Amino acid sequence: MRIFRRTPLSKPKVAFYWCASCGGCEEAVVDLAEDILKVVAAVEFVFWPVAMDFKVKDVEALQDGDIAVSFINGAIRTGEQEHMAKLLRKKSGLVVAFGACAHLGGTPGLANFINRKTIFDRVYLNAPSVYNPDGILPQQKTMVEEGELTLPEFYDTVCTLDQVIDVDYYLPGCAPPPDLIMKAVEAILSGNLPEKGTVLAPDRALCDSCKRRDTKPEKAVIKEIKRVHEVLLDPVKCFLDQGVICLGPATRDGCGERCINANMPCRGCFGPTSRVVDQGAKFLSGLASIIDANDEQGIKKVIDSIADPAGIFYYYALPASMLRRKR
Amino acid sequence: MGFLCNWCSYGGADAAGSQRKNYAPNVKVIRVMCTGRVEPEFVLKAFQSGADGVLILGCHPGDCHYKEGNYKALRRYHLLKKVLSQFGIEEERLRLDWVSATEADKFVDTINDMVATIKALGPLALSNPALAKGVSADFQEDTLV
Repeated sequence: MRIFRRTPLSKPKVAFYWCASCGGCEEAVVDLAEDILKVVAAVEFVFWPVAMDFKVKDVEALQDGDIAVSFINGAIRTGEQEHMAKLLRKKSGLVVAFGACAHLGGTPGLANFINRKTIFDRVYLNAPSVYNPDGILPQQKTMVEEGELTLPEFYDTVCTLDQVIDVDYYLPGCAPPPDLIMKAVEAILSGNLPEKGTVLAPDRALCDSCKRRDTKPEKAVIKEIKRVHEVLLDPVKCFLDQGVICLGPATRDGCGERCINANMPCRGCFGPTSRVVDQGAKFLSGLASIIDANDEQGIKKVIDSIADPAGIFYYYALPASMLRRKR
Repeated sequence: MGFLCNWCSYGGADAAGSQRKNYAPNVKVIRVMCTGRVEPEFVLKAFQSGADGVLILGCHPGDCHYKEGNYKALRRYHLLKKVLSQFGIEEERLRLDWVSATEADKFVDTINDMVATIKALGPLALSNPALAKGVSADFQEDTLV
């Protein structure tokens, strides 16, 4: 195993970094509760910007491969994130893509339906609360009296972590649940690791363990697609049977059904199982087969009741999909 | 790229061949057992691999060898077209039609018509480097900050 370059007395070094993400993955670490003490006892944190005061130069000062494992959350959408991902890759034995955004692109990846210009125009020029009469947009370099100020480049396309660097393992979820995080940490500490590239979660569909699976429709039942706020959701019946889109059939199991238990349908944050490349297309296929209409008009009527199908089928996985972005 | 069902449309293509009919040579035919076997992933894979258009041909409604495979194909087709348009891919680049084993003329007309439609649209050109190389062109530059 190449990960532990250490003397018997030193603990394995661990880094935790965030890219384009919301901070929920950092929160997930705190959600380990008292288990976090076991982790802290077993490892030495060398970089964790959200929680501890380390600087980039501290990482740069490390030898290549010195960090046993880097957990990187968030998608890659700026030059700084790409740079940090590459730096951590160089310094680490293992890199784990932590959470849906690093794994699949996540909700920031939905920006791939638009581009940088549209985003900048909206955020810095056209949003109702913006006052920007000179139309100033973020620049990578700005000269001020004190010298030059720099900002990272903002990319047109959001990428998954593995589209930018080599990734060893994936911890799926928005955010990954504490039990899967602990299992992964234990596996890494013991060196008892699966094949490289494995997603550290069960390799079966969410429906497999769903409590509502007995009411999952076998035949075409959907006459109209409803959004969650348009219907009083039955707490025991399969969402698809209620005409509500639930990505469970095309999503990996292991989340503990947090959404289903809160009477909300699955949005697919665990990504597809290992046999599926394109989660959205796979769900599309399954959903279309249970639409209750055989004539063109009837089919179109049901399909027209789906608001933003691409957005919902690729809720978490657009950058990881086959087409990756809008043409 | 053409996905042709084994029982009707592939027979239709065969009939066109045995009658020595001419049609546009631009189509690459893949025989599937049923249009119901054509997963949306196949269509995306075709576009991703450079196809400018995808044609799915199957049995007329009511004639499916497996009773309802072509109905499933029809539902997937309409939903996929809507999704493709959200990806900025013209709906005309995907077409589903029915060709029976005896309809050699319809097969020829459908192929010619589809090829003319695609030629008018031009290449799909998913030339975005994000698709070709795995990362966007931005990533090729050294972007240290």
